[in-house]
Amino acid sequence: MLGVDERTELQRLCRQELPGLYSLARRLGGVDAEELVQDTLERACRSFRSLRDPQAACKWLRTILTNLWRDRMRRDGRLPDEVPVEDERDFSLYRTLEEEDPLPYSDTLHVDFLGAFSEHDVHVVLERLPLRYRAPLVLRYIEGFDATEVATLLDLPDGTVMSQLHRGRQRFERELWSYARESGLVDGLAMTADGATEGTNA
Amino acid sequence: MTVHEPIGCHEAVAHLWEMLDGQLDELDQRLLDRHLAWCLRCCGELAFARELRGMLRARSEAPVPDDVLRRLETFIDDLPAPATGEAPG
Ligand SMILES: [Zn+2]
Repeated sequence: MLGVDERTELQRLCRQELPGLYSLARRLGGVDAEELVQDTLERACRSFRSLRDPQAACKWLRTILTNLWRDRMRRDGRLPDEVPVEDERDFSLYRTLEEEDPLPYSDTLHVDFLGAFSEHDVHVVLERLPLRYRAPLVLRYIEGFDATEVATLLDLPDGTVMSQLHRGRQRFERELWSYARESGLVDGLAMTADGATEGTNA
Repeated sequence: MTVHEPIGCHEAVAHLWEMLDGQLDELDQRLLDRHLAWCLRCCGELAFARELRGMLRARSEAPVPDDVLRRLETFIDDLPAPATGEAPG
């Protein structure tokens, strides 16, 4: 009887978290996302007893998925361990926008610029980042793990993750800018005078 | 009491995300606050960093393609009852 209820509960939680898990698998990249989600669900099923609080299911499942991903990447020799973070040239998207002024008719240049990016655009920009930057950024800013948790998940020292996050943010800003220019996102925005943007409140 | 040099824009900008992440220690926070109290440009940078952070979180969902969703849902339907007893190891 207990087993039946637990099975129903597990299935409910898995179904609820499915889009988020798939999304995380896609964003971490480098592996087959569907397969990684299946392996996560199987592992969750085997260790369901370790989940004490159903409210924590979201984080619990994401932790399982990230651990599996990390082990797989490491097995294939694709996980950059403590690669010294190269010195990215300082880049400020805020100042670049001010200087280049790609939307001369906008009073709210910076917000309009960000508003031009669709979910797909953001995904493509993230995919362009090297793994050592993408993984910490995804886990920290999309999944909401704190920096220490990210370090544990990636099996890296705290300090390494902190500098990867710092450099990763700059690299992300730089890639947003080059993507906007290459894809004509900025020109397109300049031409549509209404340029209605959605709010981006977190 | 130690007198701390005020920080410039370069250093202030480098600390903005850490501030939003709640990761600045008290001294760095105080120095940053002091800078933001008079530097309009860095206030603009801060508002922008906040937007960017929100955008990263809100706009990066990778939707599940229909066929993948169907297969994964079937996979969930077929999951066995969770392991009972003590977890191995
Ligand atoms: Zn300043």
